[in-house]
Amino acid sequence: MTAAETTPPRSTMQAFRDGLVAAWTSVFVLVLLGNYVGIGALAYEFGFSLNWMLLSTVLVWAAPAQVILISTLNTATLIEVALAVTLSSVRFLPMVVALLPMLKTKEGGPGRLVLPMHLTAISVWVEGMRLLPGRPAPERVPFYNGLGIGLLAAACLASVIGYVLAARLPTILAAALLFLTPMALLMSVSRNSKTLIDKLAFGFGLVVGPVLAAHKVGLDLMWTGLIAGTAAYVIHRIREAAR
Amino acid sequence: MTMEPYLALLLLGVLPSEMWRWIGILVGRGLDEESEIILWVRAVATALVAAVVARIVLIPPGALAAVPLWVRLVALAGGVGAFYGIRRSAFAGVLVGEAILVIGMLAFGG
Amino acid sequence: MNMAATMMEIGPIFALILVGFLPNEVWRVLGLMLVSGLDEDSQILVWVRAVATAMLAGVLAQLVLSSSGALGTVPVGVRVGAALLGFAAFLIGKRSVFLGVLTGELAIVAGALVFGT
Repeated sequence: MTAAETTPPRSTMQAFRDGLVAAWTSVFVLVLLGNYVGIGALAYEFGFSLNWMLLSTVLVWAAPAQVILISTLNTATLIEVALAVTLSSVRFLPMVVALLPMLKTKEGGPGRLVLPMHLTAISVWVEGMRLLPGRPAPERVPFYNGLGIGLLAAACLASVIGYVLAARLPTILAAALLFLTPMALLMSVSRNSKTLIDKLAFGFGLVVGPVLAAHKVGLDLMWTGLIAGTAAYVIHRIREAAR
Repeated sequence: MTMEPYLALLLLGVLPSEMWRWIGILVGRGLDEESEIILWVRAVATALVAAVVARIVLIPPGALAAVPLWVRLVALAGGVGAFYGIRRSAFAGVLVGEAILVIGMLAFGG
Repeated sequence: MNMAATMMEIGPIFALILVGFLPNEVWRVLGLMLVSGLDEDSQILVWVRAVATAMLAGVLAQLVLSSSGALGTVPVGVRVGAALLGFAAFLIGKRSVFLGVLTGELAIVAGALVFGT
């Protein structure tokens, strides 16, 4: 018998609180906090207001997209920023498609899935995929909402801390704080790069990006993604064909 | 003559109508990890994130600009090396990268 | 708002919503639609198509009316006239794209020869 069958069903509020607790005790919360402290500092350094940064965290809820916004909105055209953000967030489609069916119940309409949909981000999704199967179906939506809101709230708090610290720390520590964002992004991509194509894409991106930026190519982020990513993909296909 | 109006034309004219067909194809193939389209898209997104990282390190804002370029690059490389060297530990990578940065700043710049 | 607009022109919050929230959320929404079984005729898609078509029309208008580049040597009235002629030919030719494009091109070349600076 699974845990879902032996324990009595929990109410919506209880399931929601379970989600919150799961969020704050998960391994991912540390990574998230590190990421968002860095984002807060970045937002300060690029001249955005604290409120804008908090709004971006709640509305966008995706670290790579937010970093793109913060680092390019001041100088790039809106079209370029939109394209880069769009490309960086494609993974949400398969993530939502994989996870949301676990939340569907016979009675509920799609309206109740809107909040879980928006709360879906990497850390929320990974923990959700891990923990939702152990929950009885009626509890899953409030649990996932608790999970998402818990992580989102932690991220907001971290971002405020990062923002304020960046304003007050002496130069050396502020520089270290700013360096946190590229390091955190680097680490998360490295961790997810188990296959050759991922590593190639990352390596090519590191090389092609600065080249395009130095030549002041318009839409350089988008072109870097397309050129470097396609090159990695082509090499992957060639190797697959050679097998 | 800028490319942007033509790019916008391409996107606005094609995407809203074609997108549903493409999604249908994706779903038909099962949207699984091995789908070639997903693989290509992931490669493009990964390259994009790499470019963003490079941009921050090479065109640094505020306090980070006070760090000499080579210190930033060495710190980056050191962090990646530590990650692969120490059981793929992200924590180690960040720690080593930051440490090199701070030491580099104390010794050489800032 | 022209194509080369930056955040400076529309403000940071509007920019956040337009190029931060929307492009990011669109993938989540598409995922939700796939999961909920919403299909091609759903109202959301109808609305999206309407908005995209309107934006497309705006871009086209800008291209025709802008006075930079080679087209700028042709007077505005001539450019608009050529576009209208091409559209008329499209309709007359039973929605023939080929006829419309051909007529429009002939008209603009003729217009450039006669009226161009």
